[in-house]
Amino acid sequence: MTLEEKVIAIIMEQLEVTKEECKPEAAFIEDLGADSLDLVELIMEMEENFGLQISDDDLAKIRTIGDVIAYMKSKGIS
Amino acid sequence: MSRRVVVTGLGAVTPVGNSVGESWEALCSGRSGIGPITKFDAAAFDTRIAGELKGFDPIRYVTKKEQRRYDNFIIFALAAAEEAAADAALSIVGPEAERTGVIIASAIGGVETIETEKEAILAGGPRKMSVFAIPAVLANLAAGHVSIRFGAKGPISCPVTACAAGTCAIGDAFHLIRCGRADVMFAGGTDAAITPMSIGGFNRMRALSVRNDEPAKASRPFDRDRDGFVLGEGAGVVILEEMQHALNRGARIHAEVAGYGSTADAFHMAAPPPGHEGAARCMKVALDDAGMRPEDIDCINAHGTSTPLNDAYETQAIKAAFGSHSRSLAVPSTKSMTGHLLGATGAVEAIFSVRSIEEGIVPPTINLDHPDPECNLDYVPNTARRRAVRTVMSNTFGFGGVNAVLILKKFGG
Repeated sequence: MTLEEKVIAIIMEQLEVTKEECKPEAAFIEDLGADSLDLVELIMEMEENFGLQISDDDLAKIRTIGDVIAYMKSKGIS
Repeated sequence: MSRRVVVTGLGAVTPVGNSVGESWEALCSGRSGIGPITKFDAAAFDTRIAGELKGFDPIRYVTKKEQRRYDNFIIFALAAAEEAAADAALSIVGPEAERTGVIIASAIGGVETIETEKEAILAGGPRKMSVFAIPAVLANLAAGHVSIRFGAKGPISCPVTACAAGTCAIGDAFHLIRCGRADVMFAGGTDAAITPMSIGGFNRMRALSVRNDEPAKASRPFDRDRDGFVLGEGAGVVILEEMQHALNRGARIHAEVAGYGSTADAFHMAAPPPGHEGAARCMKVALDDAGMRPEDIDCINAHGTSTPLNDAYETQAIKAAFGSHSRSLAVPSTKSMTGHLLGATGAVEAIFSVRSIEEGIVPPTINLDHPDPECNLDYVPNTARRRAVRTVMSNTFGFGGVNAVLILKKFGG
């Protein structure tokens, strides 16, 4: 499973959205119907799965699925 | 003339069935819902039996995402509320929403979540806690989620009055409608407390039966060999409606709510006083609220917990409140089959009382093999009985010295 596939699988499970909705430019709150609590839970799940900790400062910059994937790549995860 | 209040919807998930129909059928056949605890490894506990739900499928009522976020006490309440709303053919539209309220009790709220979240902190630190821990724990969130799901925007509340809480919820909702603050109310109770902390805690109080080798015989109210209550889980929700409102929309009316009373013992945090004066007084307060005399009551769904103290003192209290009429009463304890559902117990027992009135059947007190000499009323031992039931009083008493009594009667009778 590629990084992209893994991230999207987690998002589909956590937010109960379809694969088709999970486009790179899809924003969690505006496009995928998440609220701020959903977002924190989603990030926890990412931390758990990828074995990293995302700081609150970095979290504030994450808005879309593409942002998450870019962030993971910047941390050397592939 | 004050407004009258009727019951137009019933919903329940209990250890003897995942609906009102299933549960009622089990009660009439005298079937026990008590078995070994499967929800956690209870090997180290004095009590290893409980009344768990069987084959309950949460996904019928919530999405997977909701299931992860809601404690079971919330999911049970949603299941009971769905059944009750469907039974009442209720639709809440336009201005109706603000005249529709929700009072759903819970004695302990999300105790399972409290335990798992504390484990998460101990294992991985505070950042491992769920974002949804607090809204899964708060006892009023069952009422909250029911109001959100059905769009009920009227009064909302959650009594946490221990084992009397479900009765308090229905009683308070009844009074809100009667005094004109609402036209329709979801009312009931829910608890999902079969967890290490509550089994362990009640064990430390020596409140639970330890008849682990015979689960189906463990809950034996009024029997001389009773040794404590059996913890159960589940929820009950009724739809209460102002009578004219129900008639106008052509709703089927199950029964009428006649009266409600609540009193305090002001005695001890957990034990009733000898003779249970507070309970006797509560029955009189409910009769007075209903404008009834003792002779008007046919049947009492007893609190009948199967603890040594409750069953003897409740019997004395019934005698004190009813005098010579106490000998004519049918006084079953359905906890002999369901176990004790804590904050849900008053709600499911009110539902069983309604079914009794509708069907003309009094469910039995099972396991009443050797009646305690101190318990000498007609508890309908072991076999259900056919008889005309015009009125049922439903008794519940809880820790903190709280007593709550509801009276239901045949509609139009």
